Amino acid sequence: MLDIVLKIALIGFSLSSVIILIRVIKGPSTPDRIVALDAMGINLAAITGITSMIFHTKAFLDVILLFGILSFIGTVAFSKFLQKGEIIEYERRS
Amino acid sequence: MNTNDLILQTVTKIVSFIILLFSLHIFFAGHYNPGGGFVGGLLTSGAIVLLLLAYDIKTVANSLPVDYRIMIAVGLLFAIGTGVGALIFDVPFLTHAFGYFTLPLLGKTSLHTAVLFDIGVYLVVVGATMTIIQTIGESE
Repeated sequence: MLDIVLKIALIGFSLSSVIILIRVIKGPSTPDRIVALDAMGINLAAITGITSMIFHTKAFLDVILLFGILSFIGTVAFSKFLQKGEIIEYERRS
Repeated sequence: MNTNDLILQTVTKIVSFIILLFSLHIFFAGHYNPGGGFVGGLLTSGAIVLLLLAYDIKTVANSLPVDYRIMIAVGLLFAIGTGVGALIFDVPFLTHAFGYFTLPLLGKTSLHTAVLFDIGVYLVVVGATMTIIQTIGESE
């Protein structure tokens, strides 16, 4: 019973990822693509969680937190590049 | 354009400590669970990169006065030291030893010299990543 539910959820997240991928490919502006990639990373974390439930293992639980952290850092870096033109400044102009 | 990074800096102050704790957890869990020195070092440098994103190189260098090139050297020294330390006890190079000890707070713990080797890997990974990123960030 739970197996069927998990597979349905997996299909749902895959469809959601495909729809996000459309936004990544034909997003009119760069911020659209960045937000879509961020959402795709969180979707990937959800897919990892469901997959670890299907495989009956706890070995992938660290990966979920890792996906969240990496997605956050990447999104912050991209948005800082868009806002200021450089990612890491030597001395901040306040 | 006058920009204000108040939200990013406040979030960074909390989140970087969570990332640091998670990297320490992954580093120490490496013997029995997925993880180890490499992933732990990459996560620690991720936390420092988040600090670099929210602040600048000068502020981070003031608050974390670490020369990352010396850190690479110390890490390699740890890795070589665990290898040479085996030669003192008349066993082959890089032979590791372990034992069970009763520590005051933790109770019965197994201590393994492979952790010292892993500390070397951790220091080298943090040092190499931060050297690359800071060298690219400093050049105009």
